[in-house]
Amino acid sequence: MKVAIIGYGMAGSRLAAELRARRADVKVTVLGAEPHRAYNRIMLSNLLAGKIDESDVEITEAAGHGVDVRPGTAVTAIDRAARTVTTACGDVLPYDHLVLATGGEAVLPDVPGLDPLPDRVAVFRTLDDCRRILAVAGTARTAIVLGGGLLGLEAARGLTARGLKVSVVHAVDRLMNRQIDAGASGVLTRTLADLGIECVLDAATEAVESAPDHVTVRLADGRALHAGLLVIACGVRAETSLARTAGLDVRRGVLVDDALRTSDPHVSAIGDCAEHDGVTGGLVAPAWEQARVVAARLTGEDAVYRPRAVVTRLKAAGIDLAAMGTLRGDEELTFSDPARGTYARLCIDGDRLAGAVMLGDNPAVGTVIQLFDRGTPVPGDRRALLLGRALGSAPVAAVESPALMPDATTICQCNTVSKGALVRCWRAGARSIGDVVAATRATTGCGTCGDAVRGIVDWLSAVDAPSSSEVPA
Amino acid sequence: MTDGDRVDTHCPYCALQCGMTLRATGDLISIEPRDFPTNRGGLCQKGWTAADLLDHPERITTPLIRQDGELRPASWEDALTLIASRITSIQRRYDENAVAVFGGGGLTNEKSYALGKFARVALRTRNIDYNGRFCMSSAAAAGIRAFGIDRGLPFPLADVGSADTLLLVGANVAETMPPFGRWLADQKARGGTLIVIDPRATPTAKQATLHLQPTPGTDLAIANALLHIALTEGLLDKDYLAERTTGFDEVRRTVANYWPARVERLTGVPVQDLESAARALAGAERAIILTARGAEQHAKGVDTVSAFINLALALGLPGRPGSGYGCLTGQGNGQGGREHGQKADQLPGYRKIDDPEARRHVAGVWGVDPGMLPGPGVSAYELLDALGTEAGPKAMLLFGSNPVVSAPRAGRVTERIRSLEFLVVADFLLSETAALADVVLPTAMWAEEDGTMTNLEGRVLRRHAVRRPPGQARTDLQILHALAERLGVAHGFPEDPAEVFAELRRASAGGIADYQGVTWERIDARDGVFWPCPDEDGPDTPRMFTERFGTPDGRARMTPVEHRPAAEEPCADYPYYLTTGRVLAQYQSGTQTRRVDALRRAAPRAFVELHPDLAARLGVTDGEALTVTSRRGEVTAPARLSDAIREDTVFMPFHWAGKGRANTLTNDALDPVSRMPEFKVCAVRLERTAG
Repeated sequence: MKVAIIGYGMAGSRLAAELRARRADVKVTVLGAEPHRAYNRIMLSNLLAGKIDESDVEITEAAGHGVDVRPGTAVTAIDRAARTVTTACGDVLPYDHLVLATGGEAVLPDVPGLDPLPDRVAVFRTLDDCRRILAVAGTARTAIVLGGGLLGLEAARGLTARGLKVSVVHAVDRLMNRQIDAGASGVLTRTLADLGIECVLDAATEAVESAPDHVTVRLADGRALHAGLLVIACGVRAETSLARTAGLDVRRGVLVDDALRTSDPHVSAIGDCAEHDGVTGGLVAPAWEQARVVAARLTGEDAVYRPRAVVTRLKAAGIDLAAMGTLRGDEELTFSDPARGTYARLCIDGDRLAGAVMLGDNPAVGTVIQLFDRGTPVPGDRRALLLGRALGSAPVAAVESPALMPDATTICQCNTVSKGALVRCWRAGARSIGDVVAATRATTGCGTCGDAVRGIVDWLSAVDAPSSSEVPA
Repeated sequence: MTDGDRVDTHCPYCALQCGMTLRATGDLISIEPRDFPTNRGGLCQKGWTAADLLDHPERITTPLIRQDGELRPASWEDALTLIASRITSIQRRYDENAVAVFGGGGLTNEKSYALGKFARVALRTRNIDYNGRFCMSSAAAAGIRAFGIDRGLPFPLADVGSADTLLLVGANVAETMPPFGRWLADQKARGGTLIVIDPRATPTAKQATLHLQPTPGTDLAIANALLHIALTEGLLDKDYLAERTTGFDEVRRTVANYWPARVERLTGVPVQDLESAARALAGAERAIILTARGAEQHAKGVDTVSAFINLALALGLPGRPGSGYGCLTGQGNGQGGREHGQKADQLPGYRKIDDPEARRHVAGVWGVDPGMLPGPGVSAYELLDALGTEAGPKAMLLFGSNPVVSAPRAGRVTERIRSLEFLVVADFLLSETAALADVVLPTAMWAEEDGTMTNLEGRVLRRHAVRRPPGQARTDLQILHALAERLGVAHGFPEDPAEVFAELRRASAGGIADYQGVTWERIDARDGVFWPCPDEDGPDTPRMFTERFGTPDGRARMTPVEHRPAAEEPCADYPYYLTTGRVLAQYQSGTQTRRVDALRRAAPRAFVELHPDLAARLGVTDGEALTVTSRRGEVTAPARLSDAIREDTVFMPFHWAGKGRANTLTNDALDPVSRMPEFKVCAVRLERTAG
């Protein structure tokens, strides 16, 4: 079978890799419009931050073993009747099954001054966008990021790591308004301010004006902001032009069913270009799951796509934000420590986690995400969700008063010596550490209980061979 | 080192091989710890009580032959005659491969060597493997893949004590090799950072500066995430990568897909902790990464170890003094046991049995035609799984192992062993496997034999006898000598371990694990000898890889590896993870330690450790009987409530037989490279035991 994949981004490259890993008798051709090797879009903010080189964002290529990867090859047309695709250089490729993984394109706000995109203005989506941003950033000391969503904040954090002073302009009155609540937004705004990022909220942009050495963003309230660089991060729109021209059903994205088939059974769509059950993409996890399902189906398995709930994660130096689910439920846990940038709000429905927003230092965040993903019951002691498990304590608490310690407490793990055994040993006549060690072998394994044994012997010396009634059980 | 009734030797149990002194006063043998470079005067309860078994009432002191369904005392003459005649007739009826040999990682080097030779030369069977396959095979395969050589620790253990950052992956040393804790205490006292990766807050994890508590079966993803973080934060040792490794580019492109938030969701380990771990490793002047069974006993064990080796290489650790990667060997001679030819695909000196040059060399030492040496056999589990089947072995000789308790999917393995036409077990106690034998041969215990062991550092040690075996018990070498003779091989199987060791040295010469320059005298004179040691007058090798690795081009090979789910993930019918492991007071299948009073008091029975929240949902209280069921069987044991374990996971120690046998449940899915079974994760259902 001949499979053609249009698009070599996160979804297309994953599909090619999945198909290759299955070693089925499938001949795969991947046509990527971008001229690059496969790369990880998620790492682009690290590239902006200057921590890594371009080569570091490359991911494993699926080329070889029946997979023909053609980067820099745009597709201009799909002929569904003939089952062929035509490339920009005029090649016509036949397919038995076609997969659209054309991704999305950055949305530009409908304001004057952005068409054509001025020199000091860039969107933030592809490696080429990143290059463009970095080229301008090299000549700028300040930047404005238009859009206070996940992508915009990642871009902002990357640029501050480059030493730029950054303002984030967001049309709504709170950051990441689709994922987090006002409380978290407030704390996040403070955290960003501490990192040198100013947030301008509830600020509709009316126009962008460009000069050779700076850009001006004019806001509806009359303010004007100036910077050497403007990055636009106002969301992504599914790239559907090929599908539309080919006559496939398209709404916001290319419509697909649970088998990820479009209105043409010989054509599938995955990733940001697809619309499944009213949802279009923007995230890697669903795109990869879709790639897995399509690979399974193309190799004879009967897989269906069941979307998982989304977990949004913003993690950059100094920022740690997780958001998931809905903030409704019959039980609510909250914690807020704005001075230290920590905020948590968890909503529980029955005994299941309905949603959560966690910002800052939340040691249980990994557990919370897994509880949400799996829909398993939350811990009986809800504090475990906020504070995590109490770990890092020494196995033997040398500081605990020996008098209060139960007899059954194990003092020496390596030789199974309890406090009671040490007491009995003392009462049988042992009068020094050496005597106690010789009789019980306590401390002779790893040796770390030495202080605890010494403490008990000192206590026994002080109370002078207590009778058993003086030793609380 | 011997002084009449006082000898310096080593503990019979784990690979730490703690130095101890045995003293004979009349019939009584007493034990004192010895200041040896591994244990530095420490001993755990197992070591202290090891001599309790020497004159244990259940000690087997005569051969036993099954008559009318029962094992009854018999003479050596009758036992040996019976074995030889049954082997001969089975081999005549089928073929040579119809007789299998199963060895153990507790056998001395001399015995491991002689057993491999016995299988190939006296029995001419390709079917030999050993329980070390369940232990070290994943780390060994990954080590060879990366470094060309597999030596558990390629540096002395003392390096651990001075590491600025130490990462333990699936290693619970506080219970499995307690005196190791002295090095952890040193490391801590020097201000070092200890990071432990374990799904349970074990006594080891509780000592950690940072404990990562992942979903069982996700260690590989953590390793890739740590490397991803080191990459994105610019913490890699690029000069080292360029000069000393190959394959980094593909590894880099693979770990690019393991960004921390993805791995957090997969493992449950917070991004913050992943970042802290990566930074602590990368920022240390001396950093050591050690893996153990928790990471290795998986159907992806080899790739998991490779992932941690990749991390170590990317940070420039292996071969840098004070830094490196190592694996913590488990059984007493788990290292030596994998070097001298008791493995299905192997000849002495860590040679490959399908390598014509290796066959020529070893056949030369053995005085046989290389063409008569059998080819590679199958791995331990595959061997056990084939017993009694149409194409499988019909008879088995078993030394130093108890697969009825220690093998995965033990119900199936027991059934296979029962289906054998003939089973011979050499042991000093009637293990659960010995109880199924047609003939049991009584063997010497550790205090009754001379020989060598190779510890977790690759240090060859001397074991000294303090007394003779009781009753009619004989050493394994005496048994192999007598059996070979009756099978018509009069020469080549000396009873004297010194003679065997001399031959082992010649057979290993030029191999990877080269013992040519190791002599018993040299071991005694200086706290052991590290292999490779090709020359009697030349140096040994405490630290490997300082200049080059054991690969053809001298560079370490990095291998891109991908996470994948466990062979069996929880589902609606089996909703929880089961992981298995050890407790301090028991050792392996428990044949020995379950018979020591003090140890039995400390750890009397199997248990199911589970989180109090999970217990509450099941309506189970502490100590109540809990039935645990997997696709392979069910067991019953008391619940032990502990918040040291994840709520989605239960833990069982595997030292017990019968209704509490954890390995009834474990999964026999095998690693594609090492053939290691997936002991550490399977899916189970939990129910209060009715009645």
